[in-house]
Amino acid sequence: MIERDLVVVGGGPAGMAAAIEAHRCGVKDILLLERDQFLGGILNQCIHTGFGIEYYKEVLTGPEYADRFIKQVLETPDIEVSLKSFVVDLTEDKVLTYLKPGLMHTVRAKTLIMATGCREKTREMVHIAGTRPAGIFSAGLAQKLINIEGLLPGREVVIVGSGDIGLIMARRFTLEGAKVKAVVEIQKESRGLKRNIVQCLEDFDIPLYFKHKISRIYGKDRVEQVDIVEVDDNFNEIPGSKREVKCDTLLVSVGLIPENELIEMAGVEIDKKTNSPLSEEVNKTSIPGLFVCGNSFKVYDIVDKVTRDSLVAGRLAAEYLGYEVKR
Amino acid sequence: MIRNITCIECPVGCSLKVDIENCRVVKVEGHKCPKGEKYAVTEVENPVRVLASSVLAQGLSVKMIPVKTDIPIPKERMMDAMAEIKKIRVCAPVGVGDVIKDDLLGLGVRLVSTRDVRD
Repeated sequence: MIERDLVVVGGGPAGMAAAIEAHRCGVKDILLLERDQFLGGILNQCIHTGFGIEYYKEVLTGPEYADRFIKQVLETPDIEVSLKSFVVDLTEDKVLTYLKPGLMHTVRAKTLIMATGCREKTREMVHIAGTRPAGIFSAGLAQKLINIEGLLPGREVVIVGSGDIGLIMARRFTLEGAKVKAVVEIQKESRGLKRNIVQCLEDFDIPLYFKHKISRIYGKDRVEQVDIVEVDDNFNEIPGSKREVKCDTLLVSVGLIPENELIEMAGVEIDKKTNSPLSEEVNKTSIPGLFVCGNSFKVYDIVDKVTRDSLVAGRLAAEYLGYEVKR
Repeated sequence: MIRNITCIECPVGCSLKVDIENCRVVKVEGHKCPKGEKYAVTEVENPVRVLASSVLAQGLSVKMIPVKTDIPIPKERMMDAMAEIKKIRVCAPVGVGDVIKDDLLGLGVRLVSTRDVRD
């Protein structure tokens, strides 16, 4: 079986930073697996600005932030990049099986960094009553459809949840000519950044309703209407507060979950509540030499912090392989 | 007149108290860095935003090319700028920072690519 000193799974900001830092610390034999046909991960669809303020001290868009790491990775021959490579199996002794068009590969990693990111919570996870028509999207999927595929998923939009992706998408839909009728947040305040409330909602006069929720979705083939109700402190509907809003699209932006099914398969202990690996220290797991970084370790609010902690993962991997790490 | 605004220069989002006389900012409070003061003056006297969007690619490795204005544009021109951006088609490879459209809307602003796109 082929053995590599370091295998990194995930070619987004976390995986790229970890690979680059491990190389800087002396690791010479690195395989970086990415399931997409490009490096960059989710940053490729985050075309808005606001990235890099902490790490680069400048304001960049997502693709620009990714580009700096992509260029560094591609300029480092010791990092072998394997695109369209989808890991399907991982064992406790760090044997990875991955699919690449036409072939299945197996590789044993002396040390392994998992940078598999996170996924979005779905409509089903927030329990909204009603029908199951077309037109209900997670906010990040809508972002991909617009920014990567060039498709506008709807014309009259209601957004449930006021996390950053939802706010960013309220602006994006508006710029593309759609009407965002409401952003509905069950809590008293937004989980999103204040700057996004200002530049994504207030700039475009998009109403944001705190302590409100969607009580029902209507529509046979396509979303036709949602009911918005006010809730009390126990999140129960306040009678008489219902308003009906006609729309063709509902975006769900209700949080992210670390994607850790592979390490769970390998026997890493996972916190069932957060889906993060149980860990005393950043990036470490219950299996020695198996590190997790970026949004798969915990969900971060900004990418600069992902970079900062993923560099640590690169150093931990180098140390595990016996390299003396200069900080 | 006092106006309360939120600074959008960075993720901190300072709450700013801006003292305005005759449409001019005379005093800013609440900022944790110099960017906040500058933001308050611009936001009150001539609000601007960097516009980020995407343009259609033809015959390239991606369908859409992400773009942004190289400097902020007046806030009230954002939708006009979007109408211009939607007309653009890019058929040749571009690199990060390459100019996609010069002098957008006659504002002296350049629309630049934010991604390397090959054919």
